[in-house]
Amino acid sequence: MPIVTDHLTLVYGEKTNLKTIALNDVSVKIDDGQFIGLIGHTGSGKTTFLQLISGLIKPKEGTVYLDGEDIFDRNFDTRVLRSKVGIVFQYPEHQLFEETVFKDVCFGPSNLGLEKKEVELRAYEALKMVGLDDNAFYQSPFDLSGGQKRRVAIAGVLAMKPKVMILDEPTAGLDPAGRKEILGLISKLQKEQNITIILVSHSMEDVAEYVERIIVINKGKIALDGTPKEVFGHSEELKSFGLALPQVTDAMIRLKNQGINVSTDVITINEAVQELSRVLR
Amino acid sequence: MKFIKAKEVTYEYIRRDDDGNVEGINRAVDNVSLDVKEGDFITILGSNGSGKSTFAKHLNAILHPTEGSVWVNGMDTKEEDKTLAIRQSTGMVFQNPDNQIIGQVVEEDVAFGPENMGVKTEEIWERVEEALKTVGMTEYRKYSPNKLSGGQKQRISIAGVLAMHPKCIVLDEPTAMLDPSGRKEVIRALRALNEVEGITIILITHYMEEAIYSDKIFVMNKGQIVMEGNPKEIFSRVEELEEYKLEVPQITRLAYELKKKGFNLPDGILTEDELINAIKGL
Repeated sequence: MPIVTDHLTLVYGEKTNLKTIALNDVSVKIDDGQFIGLIGHTGSGKTTFLQLISGLIKPKEGTVYLDGEDIFDRNFDTRVLRSKVGIVFQYPEHQLFEETVFKDVCFGPSNLGLEKKEVELRAYEALKMVGLDDNAFYQSPFDLSGGQKRRVAIAGVLAMKPKVMILDEPTAGLDPAGRKEILGLISKLQKEQNITIILVSHSMEDVAEYVERIIVINKGKIALDGTPKEVFGHSEELKSFGLALPQVTDAMIRLKNQGINVSTDVITINEAVQELSRVLR
Repeated sequence: MKFIKAKEVTYEYIRRDDDGNVEGINRAVDNVSLDVKEGDFITILGSNGSGKSTFAKHLNAILHPTEGSVWVNGMDTKEEDKTLAIRQSTGMVFQNPDNQIIGQVVEEDVAFGPENMGVKTEEIWERVEEALKTVGMTEYRKYSPNKLSGGQKQRISIAGVLAMHPKCIVLDEPTAMLDPSGRKEVIRALRALNEVEGITIILITHYMEEAIYSDKIFVMNKGQIVMEGNPKEIFSRVEELEEYKLEVPQITRLAYELKKKGFNLPDGILTEDELINAIKGL
């Protein structure tokens, strides 16, 4: 289910003096099963972009095609959109509300008009996919740890059987182990379920480690688009957008500037260890 | 001088059922004793649920210990008539800037604290001016807080606390919701407050890189303090940190892995400069 945006433009506060062009003529194609990192400074237009491709707001100009169909067409069935494009918002655990974990995960699919059995099967599968223990199923979601709550929230979206999953800073506020756990889970879902992942993150280190394509949004436009290595090769531009490089990449660039002949095409700790071992031996 | 002293502090959350019977007791802070010197920059690390936030709330009398005592600036937090004085001397900044900003205009927001303390109008404006200058936000004083970035909003929250002339600021994950430049802005502002104004800083964070400038780090696990030392000492203990669901900064990790491969690098490298110098010295 590829997503194509065609000259997507959105303006807030038009005809007022607070007019802001939040998204400016964005055309991009997101292929099936890709793992995409979406990065940008606060106010760059990332959230607007996500809201548009998930059909939560309407563009001023241009449109979005999901599997070739215009999602803003009057005849387009928005229920298809809601089930196929799942969104995990920031701090998704704040949206948990049911008495038990299992009931909470059932809520989404039960609104799709499915039979009860099918709903429960999906909830069970989703909770298994996120790796939650059986004995947590009938606990109150509020008694779980931060990382577990977030897993339950993700299961709630998975139970809709989405083809595309959008996650807005899914690791904010988690400790390092919890961050790795959630990112590992997302990566597994992408590989095993072939779900397209669009991950919004402020951590360049996480993006470098996990995604296969980075889209950088700046001032409402796509400023850079490519593999992590390609994007992190534009260090000066990234800094001018208020973004950063992974710490190891920055260190390699500085080493090179000081006359040590290392490759700067390094974005993870493992790569840095290999490259430095090679050069320093 | 000791600004904060915690002695054998224990705090228990008590869960009750609908009839008010005790269902369970969760000991969030377990026998914690620590001292913070005036003017220190302290970082508290710990996994989710380790008790850091619960402990931090004891430092300006939002919570009172179930057992043990906390003294702030010489005042016992259990004494109710000291609560206001304690909150003036130790301000708190929380994770989400949007939950802490109430004014329609930046300068009004910063004025809220001193206004409630009964400070004279003229002095309020002086304090607002000075606080905004300290966090580098003077040019935004007439802005609506809605128009600011996350990092700018957090600096306004900090200015709001500063205008109350505290001796100490406790910040509970102030950068969790910010982008890289916003994180840098906030950390830079905190270091300046500490170094220039001599304000005691207690920072709680999940970002290890933010801890490297502190005078002392405390690591909490399951309600207890399990490690304590300066950044070099703490971040030299890579495996122990991992047991507590933490990690070391990327640069420290890189140096640690290279060392394991037989390169002769010192322990506890924290910054890029240190790493570059050590590599050049090989």
